[in-house]
Amino acid sequence: MGSYIVRRVLIGIPVLIGITIVGFVILAVAPGDPVSGLVDPERLATMTPAQLEQLRRELGLEGPMTVRYCRWLGACSPRGRGIGILLSDRGLPNLFPAPLGGGSNGILHGDFGYSIKSGRPIVEEVVPRIEPTLLLMGTSLLLAVGVGISFGVVTAVRQYGKLDYFLTTVTLMMISTPTFVLGLILLYVFGVSLRLLPVGGMFTLGREFDLGDRIGHLAMPAMILGLANAAPIMRYVRTAMLEVLNSDYIRTARAKGLVGRAVLLRHGLRNALLPVITVVALLLPDLVAGAIITEQVFSWPGMGLLAVRAAQDRDPSLMMAIVLMVGAAVLGSNLLADVAYGIADPRVRYE
Amino acid sequence: MSESARGPIVVSRRETPLQKAHRRFLRHRPAIAGTIILVIIVVGAIFAPFVAPQDPTAIDLELVDQPPSVHHWLGGDRSGRDVWSRVIYGIRVSLVVGFGAVGLYVLIGTLLGLFSGFAGGAVDQLLMRLTDTVLSIPTLLLVIVFASVVGPSLYSVIAAIGLLGWPGTARIVRGQVLSLREAEFVMAARALGARSAHIAARHLLPNLFGPLTVVATFGVANAILLEAALSFLGLGVQPPTPSLGGMINQARAPSVLHDIPWLWIPPGIVIALTVLAVNFVGDGLRDALDPRSTRRG
Repeated sequence: MGSYIVRRVLIGIPVLIGITIVGFVILAVAPGDPVSGLVDPERLATMTPAQLEQLRRELGLEGPMTVRYCRWLGACSPRGRGIGILLSDRGLPNLFPAPLGGGSNGILHGDFGYSIKSGRPIVEEVVPRIEPTLLLMGTSLLLAVGVGISFGVVTAVRQYGKLDYFLTTVTLMMISTPTFVLGLILLYVFGVSLRLLPVGGMFTLGREFDLGDRIGHLAMPAMILGLANAAPIMRYVRTAMLEVLNSDYIRTARAKGLVGRAVLLRHGLRNALLPVITVVALLLPDLVAGAIITEQVFSWPGMGLLAVRAAQDRDPSLMMAIVLMVGAAVLGSNLLADVAYGIADPRVRYE
Repeated sequence: MSESARGPIVVSRRETPLQKAHRRFLRHRPAIAGTIILVIIVVGAIFAPFVAPQDPTAIDLELVDQPPSVHHWLGGDRSGRDVWSRVIYGIRVSLVVGFGAVGLYVLIGTLLGLFSGFAGGAVDQLLMRLTDTVLSIPTLLLVIVFASVVGPSLYSVIAAIGLLGWPGTARIVRGQVLSLREAEFVMAARALGARSAHIAARHLLPNLFGPLTVVATFGVANAILLEAALSFLGLGVQPPTPSLGGMINQARAPSVLHDIPWLWIPPGIVIALTVLAVNFVGDGLRDALDPRSTRRG
């Protein structure tokens, strides 16, 4: 088991480096002066051209691409020469966290630069957005898994029945309709026409936190995002379930005289559900993409809303930080899913 | 396996794989419906100047916010343009992006996949890690960033989806190459002195036709949805060029959402219908071309 996890983590490392390169490339090709995304704009405004030139040298904005990447990452010291480039002011490897004697610049040290639009550090922009997004995505994922599995089982058991055709068709229609159109339809029906649910945001302005209010605001976005992602899970569970139901050990269980439901749940579902772990992890990029759109439609103050604003403002540091975070999150969850799958299904480990 | 022993042995007529696929496709009812819808939509888009009653960018001030009527089937928009004409031209944009971008990335993906599968070793590892990297960032996010850096336009949308959508194709092609590389007919060709490029072109590509067609079809559906999402976010095709996603963007204003539903519901239905038709065709193609479904005859 241990070696399996180690092997899996090792495969992830080049991908993580790849993701950082994508982030670096975004900064490198974005229009505008890169210095504006790295320094506090207030400080920048009061500088003379000579000071600016000095700052550029200090930040390591000159020099070959590889050195710039290394400095941006925080593995190289901006001021260093020769071997000193890898060492921080305190003589220890620069990529250590600052409290352990490493450097203080670069993304490895949590320094993502500044937003060119708001002038605030990226970390201050991003951190408050994490909780709303996790709340939305978590609720949606629970909904998607619940609906997906139950509908998947129902359609498999009633294969080629009316319910199967109905649910399969509805799912295909859900997949084919853009998320924002579904969102707008809900908004039109429940938000604007019936006035049952709030039309946007995460809470009613000027009111104290209350759970009912939060659930009301969460209902529509979570429903859209959840149902949109339930479709692939349902299709998957249906196929897996059909395969399991046609297998020999199910026939044996039935022959033993077990009641239908026991066969279905105890023998069938447990095996059909194993691959769902992987499907859920593979769905995460779709979930993020869906969140970008859903947050936009319902003005949900999360990362998706921030991502679109960053793109509209052409704010390179902000875009870079979001791409890095999303990429790392997806990579991490894939790793987690693979490990979980390895634990749940011992056959995987010995491949 | 035991099933074949039970019934009488039926010797089927000799049928080429393509004929067989064709026959199976024709039996897939949703696929036929999808094909018919798609043909109507594509023909309408190609002959848009003849089908659309008006110039999609022509402004008629008397038409501002007008509800649907006999002369203007879907009414007028906020600037007084004919919505029906804009929808027809909008499909054109969707289809151009869908087919253009997918054509681009299937080409890139096929070449990279062939290269990766044949080269093996470090090159293969590097390309596969690159594939993993691109796959770990949601395409929508990458495409948004790309469109923002390059500047939003029809061409940047095609380029964004086309240049970033290849990993799925590359993986499939590589997998096929790896499994077919050891197949007897490929070894025979190699024994006869055929070079890798020749084997790739003459022996592997024909075998890739099926999977690639299926991937490309579902890819078109996805690309149309991506374009719509980008334009909805204001990062895609720019006004006054009509785009279905851009038209729906107007519904972000509560007044439009509630009071002028003919501005956003028709483009929404048209996108959904187009994508649904493409998905139906894709399902049919998968059933028809997938060799594993042989047992269904």
